[in-house]
Amino acid sequence: MTRAASRRALALHLAVLALLFALQFVLPAYHHASLARILVLAAFAVGYNLLMGYTGLLSLGHAMFFAAGLYGAGLTVHHLGFGVPSGFLAGCVAAFLLALAIGAIALRTTGVFFMIVTLMFAQAGFLTALYFNEITRGDEGFVLAAAARVLDIGGQPVALSEPNLRYNLALAIFAACLLVSLVVVRSSFGRTLVAVRENEERTRLLGYNTFLYKLAALALSGAMSGAAGAAYALLFGYVGATFAAIQYSIFPLLWVLLGGVGTTLGPLIGTVLMFYLVDVSSEYTTAYMIVVGAALVLLVMWFPRGILGTVRQRWAPWLP
Amino acid sequence: MSLLATQGLSRRYGGLSAVDGVDFALDAGEIRTLIGPNGAGKTTLVGMICGRIPASAGRIAFEGADITDLAAWHRVSRGIAYTFQITSVFTRLSCFDNVVLAVQRSRSWARRSLWPGHEAEIAADVMAALERVGLAGRRDTTAGMLSYGHQRLLEVAIGLALRPKLLILDEPTQGLAEDEIVDFCKLVRQIAREATVLLIEHNMAVVMELAARITVMDRGRILAEGTPAEIRADERVRTAYLGT
Amino acid sequence: MSLGPNLLLALLEGTLAAFVLAVTALGLSLVFGVMRVVNVAHGEFFMLGAVLAWAFSQVIPGMPAAGFLLALIGSPIVVGAVAVAVDRAVLRRLGYEPEATIIATIGLLYVVQQLVLTFYGPTARPVVAPISFRVLFPWFGYSGYKLIVMAASAALLIATWFTLMRTRIGLVMRATQFDRETAQAFGIPVDRVYSMIFALGAMLACVAGVLVVPIQQAHYLMGLDPLLLSFIVVILGGLGSLRGTVVAAFVIGLSDGIISVFFSPTLAKILATLLVALVLVFKPTGLFGARGR
Repeated sequence: MTRAASRRALALHLAVLALLFALQFVLPAYHHASLARILVLAAFAVGYNLLMGYTGLLSLGHAMFFAAGLYGAGLTVHHLGFGVPSGFLAGCVAAFLLALAIGAIALRTTGVFFMIVTLMFAQAGFLTALYFNEITRGDEGFVLAAAARVLDIGGQPVALSEPNLRYNLALAIFAACLLVSLVVVRSSFGRTLVAVRENEERTRLLGYNTFLYKLAALALSGAMSGAAGAAYALLFGYVGATFAAIQYSIFPLLWVLLGGVGTTLGPLIGTVLMFYLVDVSSEYTTAYMIVVGAALVLLVMWFPRGILGTVRQRWAPWLP
Repeated sequence: MSLLATQGLSRRYGGLSAVDGVDFALDAGEIRTLIGPNGAGKTTLVGMICGRIPASAGRIAFEGADITDLAAWHRVSRGIAYTFQITSVFTRLSCFDNVVLAVQRSRSWARRSLWPGHEAEIAADVMAALERVGLAGRRDTTAGMLSYGHQRLLEVAIGLALRPKLLILDEPTQGLAEDEIVDFCKLVRQIAREATVLLIEHNMAVVMELAARITVMDRGRILAEGTPAEIRADERVRTAYLGT
Repeated sequence: MSLGPNLLLALLEGTLAAFVLAVTALGLSLVFGVMRVVNVAHGEFFMLGAVLAWAFSQVIPGMPAAGFLLALIGSPIVVGAVAVAVDRAVLRRLGYEPEATIIATIGLLYVVQQLVLTFYGPTARPVVAPISFRVLFPWFGYSGYKLIVMAASAALLIATWFTLMRTRIGLVMRATQFDRETAQAFGIPVDRVYSMIFALGAMLACVAGVLVVPIQQAHYLMGLDPLLLSFIVVILGGLGSLRGTVVAAFVIGLSDGIISVFFSPTLAKILATLLVALVLVFKPTGLFGARGR
């Protein structure tokens, strides 16, 4: 990538983050709260996209990493009395380690097999959450006490449920994930991941241990998903097995497909659009998941590049 | 000491021996061509040398160290580079991005990520490799859009950028035009100043022009080895190969 | 009750589960074996069978046997038609590209499930069994209908096997599975065979759903469990091996039925899913995969 294009890309990302920061001052309360939630979920999508978009590995089990973060933070805070920062860290570490372990096994497969293996592992994870019902409260889940969700800022305790703090923390998590993904994509590591996606055998014969690269990508992707899960538990105070269910493996896939596979900003766009699409349709029908199903079918059939993928192809080849 | 030596190297597919007990040695700095009729086992032999194909039996030594059980990627970092018979560049990436993958691999992690000015240094190396094969003007062209001959040259540039000690070229002139072949021979001579070159080749003009020594394979074994003159005079080679 | 009768009951329930599972999973296995399509929406065909059975039973009120018979004929026809439509409109257009078809069938899963939710509603509805006699064992009575389900499933398995192995249509299907290009070159209408296979697979799941509905009630979410179980069975049996699928269905169905009488069913499911993942990674030919296709 030329220097000019790379500067333009960086400027665009910073502008998007600035816009998200500015939005909190103008959005009405409802959308303010929604956007905080969307930003956390978009961080999940960014993590998913690192694997699917840049490494070419399609996982159907990312809910397990999101849930590892969610439970890693939720359980330590709820049962062990961890503080917010250490709980968050526990969530990230749990997801990271899980991703390493799953990757060491699942990455021996490719393509359809990889999809099914990750699906099965995630299902086992979901069932495990149900099985340890006494600690996790299974499907019903548990609420993190407001007293435990307090962040100490300069000696002042501030509740995480305070909307402005919550919004800015969500934004900070998203911004961190987005910028990490931008850096990764532009680094020699990211170039190698793309090479693995394009032609793994050739990459191996360029001297790369492609298994290790895939494992690193999965671990990073899992850790980001876990960070999003941990943030979700801490910021919104609810931890439940629904977040470990298949649905939460499908969502990031859908968000990334819609926004544009292998584009850094695509996951954000996809998450925003899909969140509101589901939100609006759930006002009219209980069968709002039909939107998700229809979107998957339509995207795969007629719009596989997604929004930013199409923009990049037609108008802006410099988009990372 | 030889750069590369194989000992009883064999590859069986079911009951068939594609390569059968081959002892093959290369000296540092030479240009060697490997010839033989189709199905003689040439591609299988170099496949085992570069690690794409696991050996059924036998050993491979490179610079005196046994590399038989090393993974293919590991052998590349030891200095063995292979360019595919069927062009296998990254067709959706630009020429620059194709070569940069090889350039960054030939550097340590610190030198490709942290070193001050590493981006500029890497870019300079990429351009140097593209320059040598005459593709500098195509740096931003998507590799899949190149003509077949140019894709072969890009393949060579990738091999060069790995800074190999041994560069294996599998039928590099296949599909090239006459004048492209002339340029290509010049290029191989240049490369041979820094690296040992092992060439699988069908074009006898190229073989005779380039090779100091020729190895002839037939039905999985080495039939003969020698200078071009010796090979031309060899009766067995004539009957097995040149005569047909 | 003492251990003996308990075990007998568990064995009967296990056999029932195994038969229904074998029929459902055979459909999934067939579709994967011939078309190399992983149909994630397979469980929804099972659910459609059950829901349609309820709908047909409403057509002839007061005559459960007649209504059920109508359902047994009508539901597979409807589901088969849906499957053909899906194959033509979606799968064929995707060129049966494996990863794309998985994503598309995930989408279809939600579309079908949510359409049923919209038009059928969220309640679980019972269908009266066509017969109501009970077989009396010395220790307990057992539903005669369940025995009939076992017999009907066995008949279906045999019929499917016969169709594939002994008829011209089966030969054409097997040829297509063996080598798509060559089959096409020999003038086999591969597109039509694919539609037929996809419909056949869906209809097998559908009939299993119809058979099960007097025992289980029809609900829009009931497709998920048979889907996961079918996945487990098809993978353990060896992808594409029909015989392996049936064997695995019995191993899983029986052990699941027996285990869940004594242990937590959730734990059993966790172990089964983990086993499946590991089998796929380390022994993709399956545990029971006879070499035969």
